[in-house]
Amino acid sequence: MAQQIPLVDYLVLGDNPHLVAQECTSCGARFFDRRNACASCGGTDFKQVDVATTGEVRTFTIVSFAAPGIPVPFVAAVVDCEGTSVRANLINVTPDPEHVTTGMKVRLATEVIGTDDNGTEAVGFGFEPLGG
Amino acid sequence: MASASASEELWILGIHMTKFGKHPDKDLVDLASEAVQGALSDGGVTMKDIGIIGAGNLMMAMAPTGQMVQKQLGQTGIPVYNVSNACATGATALRVALMAIKAGETDMGLAFGVEKLAGAGLLAGGSRSADSNTWTPHGRFGAVAAVDGRVGTETMPGVFAQIGMEYGHKYGGTSFELFAKISEKNHAHSTLNPLAAYTKKMSLEQIMNDVMIAYPNTRPMCSANCDGAAAAVVVSGSKLKTLSLEQQKRAVKISASVLTTDPYEEACQILPNVNTLTRRAATQAYEQAGVSPADLNLVELHDCFATAELVHYDNLMLCEEGGAADFFNSGATWRDGKTPVNVSGGLESKGHPIAATGIANVWEVATHLRGEAGDRQIEGAKVGMTHVIGLGSACGVHILEKSAA
Repeated sequence: MAQQIPLVDYLVLGDNPHLVAQECTSCGARFFDRRNACASCGGTDFKQVDVATTGEVRTFTIVSFAAPGIPVPFVAAVVDCEGTSVRANLINVTPDPEHVTTGMKVRLATEVIGTDDNGTEAVGFGFEPLGG
Repeated sequence: MASASASEELWILGIHMTKFGKHPDKDLVDLASEAVQGALSDGGVTMKDIGIIGAGNLMMAMAPTGQMVQKQLGQTGIPVYNVSNACATGATALRVALMAIKAGETDMGLAFGVEKLAGAGLLAGGSRSADSNTWTPHGRFGAVAAVDGRVGTETMPGVFAQIGMEYGHKYGGTSFELFAKISEKNHAHSTLNPLAAYTKKMSLEQIMNDVMIAYPNTRPMCSANCDGAAAAVVVSGSKLKTLSLEQQKRAVKISASVLTTDPYEEACQILPNVNTLTRRAATQAYEQAGVSPADLNLVELHDCFATAELVHYDNLMLCEEGGAADFFNSGATWRDGKTPVNVSGGLESKGHPIAATGIANVWEVATHLRGEAGDRQIEGAKVGMTHVIGLGSACGVHILEKSAA
């Protein structure tokens, strides 16, 4: 199996791919980027937590014009993963308003987005319909 | 030396906007100078009367735009503040001039916003760095490739589409057709605005069948990239009293001037939340001005996309919470409705030369309050509101009132 690297550092690969967040130990606010302090309470102590891999689509759009190299149309969305909001594409679903709705239940899925000159695969993530 | 105090009244003495659209023969300095000369002349003053300049431009924000305009119109040695604050840049420049008056540093200031944007393509966020030949994590998310398009979207039509869809998910009543109808209204309104970039009426069918950019926003439901500038001369109440009766009669009172940023809320760093800061700005503005939403005779709000206009009906409290769709369906926001919104044609049809927008919307409302809006005059307009949102985010709200003089 080819060497793999996650598209972003908050995606953990392996047998159970999942996202991790930096959680403020004072107020519980969660962030996906590296932190200096908490934007909610100003706290500076964080712990890494796993984010739920299932959730509900709170909003979406179907993008028809995007940056070069990005296949269109694709579905961009915000998924509420048991209280933690996640920005992601919806994948393994037909990108039209008949197949995508707010409120739909989804689960995290990964996909290879490309292979570099060293043969390493970059693995991205999205959410796919649950039990569809 | 001026002696304004924190309780000093603030007035627009002169204001001007250029035609919005394509100006291939005019550069930033030409457009800004045209707007500034127009505002000075409208106010019956010259550069020698101005004590401060707030200069707004976004796309060339490294340039000393204010000084470049001074070099065309008058180098009087006064302080210039070149500002950029996304799509709230114009409102920010205006507030710089107003704050200087309130602080007592001067009694008359100038603000302008200018942008050359005709022909610009899709505007997006900052995560479009080129993919490399070997995966190397970089940036705040340790990304090995561009995330825009792979982890959701940073394109403006896509971001604002989600903002409208989220409102629909929360409160119901929205549909592709409803959003398209908002665009239909604004394109109809612009037919009466000779300064608008687009003045052609569009049918609902045309709008819905046009090129889809980011569902549910088709091309005419997106703000129109174009060139343009707008400028305003602002003055303290005590200074205004020393000017001619004609100047006092045409002056427009700024009853509220507010700028806010987005307070933290869960998810606000995932999808920009344009609701919290707009509601906060509106609340402060109504309080400052001592008026209520029902007092507004017209509103120019930031319809950067049709999906955005809907949520701002609610954020500006023009309707009851959750009731934006019903409010629009009642016809309230058409020019003959209870609360006319974007009678200029809005960003979707008048156009959106980014930094000019936050002063051009003030020009629109001021022109109605002066009774000088011609064919599109809202009869008897006495109070109006302007609103802009810059993603990042910043929100500027102004409430204007007709002069009693």
